[in-house]
Amino acid sequence: MSIEIVNVGKRFGDFVALDDVSVSIPSGRLTALLGPSGGGKSTLLRIIAGLERADVGKVEIEGVDATGLPPQKRNVGFVFQHYAAFKHLTVRRNVAFGLEIRKRPKDEIRRRVDELLALVHLEQFAERLPAQLSGGQRQRMALARALAVEPTVLLLDEPFGALDAKVRKELRDWLRRLHDEVHVTTVFVTHDQEEALEVADEIVVINEGRVEQIGSPDDLYDRPANEFVMRFLGPVTQLGDQLVRPHDLQLFSGGTTGVAARVTRVTRIGFEIRVDVATTGGQPVTVTLTRNEFLALGIAVDSEVRVQLAPGSPSTTVSTPEQRTAEPSLATTTS
Amino acid sequence: MTSATLAPDRPAAPRRSVRSGLPLTRVSGLGLGVAMVWFSLLVLIPLAAVAVTAAEGGWAGFWRSVTNEQTAATIRLTVGTALLVTLVNIVMGTLIAWVLVRDRFFGKRALEILIDVPFALPTIVAGLVLLSLYGPTSPLGVNIANTRIAVFLAFLFVTLPFIVRTVQPVLAELDPEVEEAAASLGASRYTTFRRIVLPSLTPAIAAGAALSFARAVGEYGSLVLLTGNLPMRTEVASVRILSSIENDNIDSAAAVAVVLLAISLAVIVVLDVIQRRVVRRG
Repeated sequence: MSIEIVNVGKRFGDFVALDDVSVSIPSGRLTALLGPSGGGKSTLLRIIAGLERADVGKVEIEGVDATGLPPQKRNVGFVFQHYAAFKHLTVRRNVAFGLEIRKRPKDEIRRRVDELLALVHLEQFAERLPAQLSGGQRQRMALARALAVEPTVLLLDEPFGALDAKVRKELRDWLRRLHDEVHVTTVFVTHDQEEALEVADEIVVINEGRVEQIGSPDDLYDRPANEFVMRFLGPVTQLGDQLVRPHDLQLFSGGTTGVAARVTRVTRIGFEIRVDVATTGGQPVTVTLTRNEFLALGIAVDSEVRVQLAPGSPSTTVSTPEQRTAEPSLATTTS
Repeated sequence: MTSATLAPDRPAAPRRSVRSGLPLTRVSGLGLGVAMVWFSLLVLIPLAAVAVTAAEGGWAGFWRSVTNEQTAATIRLTVGTALLVTLVNIVMGTLIAWVLVRDRFFGKRALEILIDVPFALPTIVAGLVLLSLYGPTSPLGVNIANTRIAVFLAFLFVTLPFIVRTVQPVLAELDPEVEEAAASLGASRYTTFRRIVLPSLTPAIAAGAALSFARAVGEYGSLVLLTGNLPMRTEVASVRILSSIENDNIDSAAAVAVVLLAISLAVIVVLDVIQRRVVRRG
């Protein structure tokens, strides 16, 4: 295990940012700290970097107790959401900064910086100032700067949060590929479940200062530990007292399986069809189907249908009823 | 594009551009005109008048005025002390700005306001304050009246706010994440200050230093009481100019003024060059 966080707690005044958090982050993997804003994930990352001190608990990096070490001594690379570029230095000098501090020989610095600039595709921008780069380029520069010192762990705090959707998606793919090349233990913070599911090997879900679940993207999506994880990772709808994914529900135009319902609305969103039904008990349920599934059923508004959960699909029991609203975040990805 | 869709019946307005040499729009032309008239009335014409007056006695007269033993001594004292004061201000002003922005302590708001007192105080009042505090009747037992230290002190007093006030807003706007980034790359606090923070502050420090120097060179009110204006010892250039005028020697007064003007301009240019170099070096 590369990073061990043991019983860490942190308060800001009355606000409990982290409450007895213990996490093991594996070596050489790409781990996401996922959770809603203000949930404590950035605080945890900053504690790992030494930019924040934990009130209680212990942080170990590669077997070294780092709890009391200043950030300078931890050998971590940190990438900030807003780039934190050294504005008065060229891209080359930005990337070289950590090596210059370490008083490496000039030709070694030059060689290493050239390598890194090639890695982040900024060779032709070496002599520019950060202000002359786009947001995505600045973030790649920040990443090269962090990697220059060959950190034991690379920490990224919402690295793509300030970028527009398209660049964000590109950088996300690129980070995944970069990690496959460089293999440095990487932890990144995000509030975007899609980003975490797509990029990470391992996800730590953090909410209200506590760890809700740790696992692979598949684990989390298919076997959510609780209602929070279920809701946070994707769209949900409620059938009876069970919280389920709308795409895990099956509709039948006849037969006796499942629950009887009536179609109230059909909406087409890109390649998927959203069918809103009401059970005979009056419960509204959302089902998403592919276009072909929908056409094969031959249903329309007011059709009588039967709805059931596909066998083997994840579900959790609802503790707080009357919250059937599907998370809109995944639906928007179709646009 | 926009102007074409909004006003299709008018010829396309010239594009706005930051490059020089392009035709001005009517509004920006008017703006430039007003600015130039204003600047000319207040600055260029009076300066030219001073230069013309200084030149009236011819080159020989000018040279005789400024190389006059007593006059040259006042210029040396004024410029030398102003340079020294500016150096002290660069260090102390930056330090005070740092404390005001970065530290939290009791009485910070009060200190914030007090910083501006040397600005707000009529300089002759400042002179009186200095005289009663460091004069022959000093309650502190420190008597520096009629010494060059008095010149130094008076300059320090009136120029204190300049660098503090120019550095403060820039320091407050600095992104703390930039310093955190430097720290995580292994830079000590000193290295981070020298290589990351200082280059960002340098333009502000240079601007404050230029103001501070110029103000010191022209200072009169705050020192005239405490220094005693002893020729060859504590007399400064502004006092010398005044006494020249009182002796009906306008040419000589204007000559000293032109020298001070030239030195101030030179210092401002040098500060700008240094500042650019520091920023570039990082």
